[in-house]
Amino acid sequence: MRTNDRLVAFLMLLPSLVLLAIFVYGFIGRTAWVSLTNWGADATQALALNPELAFVGLENYRKLFTGLIDVRFRQDLVNTFFFTLFFLLGTLGLGLGLAILLDQKVRFEAVFRTIFLFPFALAFIVTGTVWRWMLQPSGGVNVLPELVGLPALEIRWLTTREQIWQFDWNTVPAFLAAGAALAFAYAAWRAWGTGRRVRAGVHGILTLGLAGWAATGTPGVTLLPYPEPHGFNVAFVGIVIAAVWQLSGYTMALYLAGLRGVPEELREAARVDGASEFGVYRHVVLPLLGPITLSAMIILGHISLKIFDLIWAMAGADNATTDVPALLMYLRSFRANRFAEGAAIAIVLLLMVALVIVPYLRSSLKGEVRR
Amino acid sequence: MLRHILALSVVLGFGLGAAQGELEIFSWWAGDEGPALEALIELYEADHPDTEVINATVTGGSGVNARAVLKTRMLGGDPPDSFQVHAGEELIGTWVAADRMEDLTPIFEREGFMEAFPDDLIELISTDEGIWSVPVNIHRSNVLWFDPDRLDEWGVSVPNGWGEFIDETCPALQDQGVTPLVVGENWTVQHLWESVALAELGNDDYSALFEGDLPWTDLRVVAAWETFGDVMACTNDDAAGLSWQQATDRIVAGDAAFNVMGDWAAGYKVTTLGLEPGTDFGWAASPGTDGTFMLLSDSFGLPVGAPNRAEAIQWLELVGSKEGQDAFNPLKGSISPRVDSDLSLYNAYLRSAAEDFASDAKVGSLVHGTAAKEAFMSEFATVMEIFLSTGSADAAANAAQAVATQVGLGE
Repeated sequence: MRTNDRLVAFLMLLPSLVLLAIFVYGFIGRTAWVSLTNWGADATQALALNPELAFVGLENYRKLFTGLIDVRFRQDLVNTFFFTLFFLLGTLGLGLGLAILLDQKVRFEAVFRTIFLFPFALAFIVTGTVWRWMLQPSGGVNVLPELVGLPALEIRWLTTREQIWQFDWNTVPAFLAAGAALAFAYAAWRAWGTGRRVRAGVHGILTLGLAGWAATGTPGVTLLPYPEPHGFNVAFVGIVIAAVWQLSGYTMALYLAGLRGVPEELREAARVDGASEFGVYRHVVLPLLGPITLSAMIILGHISLKIFDLIWAMAGADNATTDVPALLMYLRSFRANRFAEGAAIAIVLLLMVALVIVPYLRSSLKGEVRR
Repeated sequence: MLRHILALSVVLGFGLGAAQGELEIFSWWAGDEGPALEALIELYEADHPDTEVINATVTGGSGVNARAVLKTRMLGGDPPDSFQVHAGEELIGTWVAADRMEDLTPIFEREGFMEAFPDDLIELISTDEGIWSVPVNIHRSNVLWFDPDRLDEWGVSVPNGWGEFIDETCPALQDQGVTPLVVGENWTVQHLWESVALAELGNDDYSALFEGDLPWTDLRVVAAWETFGDVMACTNDDAAGLSWQQATDRIVAGDAAFNVMGDWAAGYKVTTLGLEPGTDFGWAASPGTDGTFMLLSDSFGLPVGAPNRAEAIQWLELVGSKEGQDAFNPLKGSISPRVDSDLSLYNAYLRSAAEDFASDAKVGSLVHGTAAKEAFMSEFATVMEIFLSTGSADAAANAAQAVATQVGLGE
């Protein structure tokens, strides 16, 4: 009987397993393989009916990170970093703020909740089109002050070429090493605190090693023989605004659910102990929202890394100041016919998303098993 | 599987009327340009009432989206019967190189196209192995547009070269608060570049660049980039947000004096804006390129494995015929490449373009697929980006050479 059940369960799952294996993992595998070939380097093979591909190892990746013309890809990575940072800060901050406001037992709460959540229901392509109009150089937001008799703004929202916070691409390994050193230092401190001396020692040595390597200018690794400045493209401000507008309602809903989950007794107890209303939030409510913040960061983080349609609609695919890796992947593959390089960009994106998603999946799956 | 889904969606999208034969025409002519294609299809249907024409268009100017869709279809082994493609390297470097096109020499010989089309155009669409597409129209890239009345008002005249524009015209206009030259999104800046480069390098050196005979790092090319930088200093600072139509609107509104745009701008001004050529707007060859016609051409080819090959060949015969071209071009706002086209059907701008086409030297456009293969054309946007962000002619020249080497330009 029991084996029978298992067999039925297996048969039920089989179709979706097969589909997943082919259409998700099979295609990931194929993309990874293509990224190791020269597909597109030779025009006679690029679009042949049965292209002959040659294995070139990691050459496409080497070009992306150190090639002269792939400066655009590197700036795209920097763009993604800053976009993700400000997008997360914006959506989490605004979402939490809205949730706390709605938590004050306001009248018509349901109406406000719907209004704030509504942009989430729109497609990015719609949001992008709307905000493209709003951020036109001589229309939308820029002419708002004229309503009250002030002169129109002259902000070049999406078209400015200004770049701030510039740094040399060659210093990126040092920054990464310093970041890793900080993480190990934290792990060492935690291990020391829980009495695991050996582990603390290993982490401490790793910390010192990485910090030393970063501080001495990362000997042994030279990305480029010349300095290559990258920085934050100010044109992204407009895109961050649109993305935050779209998704802060969603984080508001998450936080509001979390706030409602905080038992009233806890708040009461804090108030009885003499905590101010601010203190109640600071010391009781916000710490309880930690897991929600983590989930929101992960969901928003992977949206941000994959962002494509919003920018396509707002600034177009060709506007390199607002370019991201996903757009470049499309241009490389389908305009320049350099499929292997496009696949390499896709794999870099996949690794970045995996870096965000996999630890989350691991921890949430662990939690389920325990239950 | 994918093939069938695609085929099914196409069939469903255009109705299931089971005619005897079918012909699927793939293009990016929708919207303003749709009626011209429709006219051609109507002619075809009048001659072949038993054949159902499937008009598969993918919107997006210059075929930016259509080309991507076409590539996925061709890679999936599902070619349309005939597809629109820019004549020249966009066709040869992508599709002929990959051995996906049929040689059309027999059609050219049978239909008298060899005599009807100018030799230098046939050379552009041919390799040693054959002739690869039937050109249906000609557009000119190096055209300077302006409003003659406003130029009088501002006291400036059409500059004879970029030097004159930079030294005299530009400061005179800037003093009056007028944008001397208006550009739009990235490709329109590249479009301006090809006209500046043509003027500064001359026809031979310009063409040699794409044949791999003149290195991009040559001092003459670097100098052309420097001139281009000076020209860009005379343009609007909100370029990236403007489409080419919006850039054109600035001239119509009197905010800007000049722009360099292909002659589809004439079609936009006449058809969409209702302006009169010659009085409401004026044109000239872009500064320093008088006597040279930088051309691009839309054409149709025959992919290997076309499902309805016989119908596709009938279509190509119509596309190249005098009847077909004179039905199509006046609506499209382009001229016919045929030497015997009926000029009385065309407006004043197009007649002048046809005269120039007949007498001028001809070079190919980079941005519109004629001069260089797609891999170079696409990466040239990155080169332009490097120039715009660094302002360094040397950096741009080095990047362009790096791209040229990487993609094997001119091989």
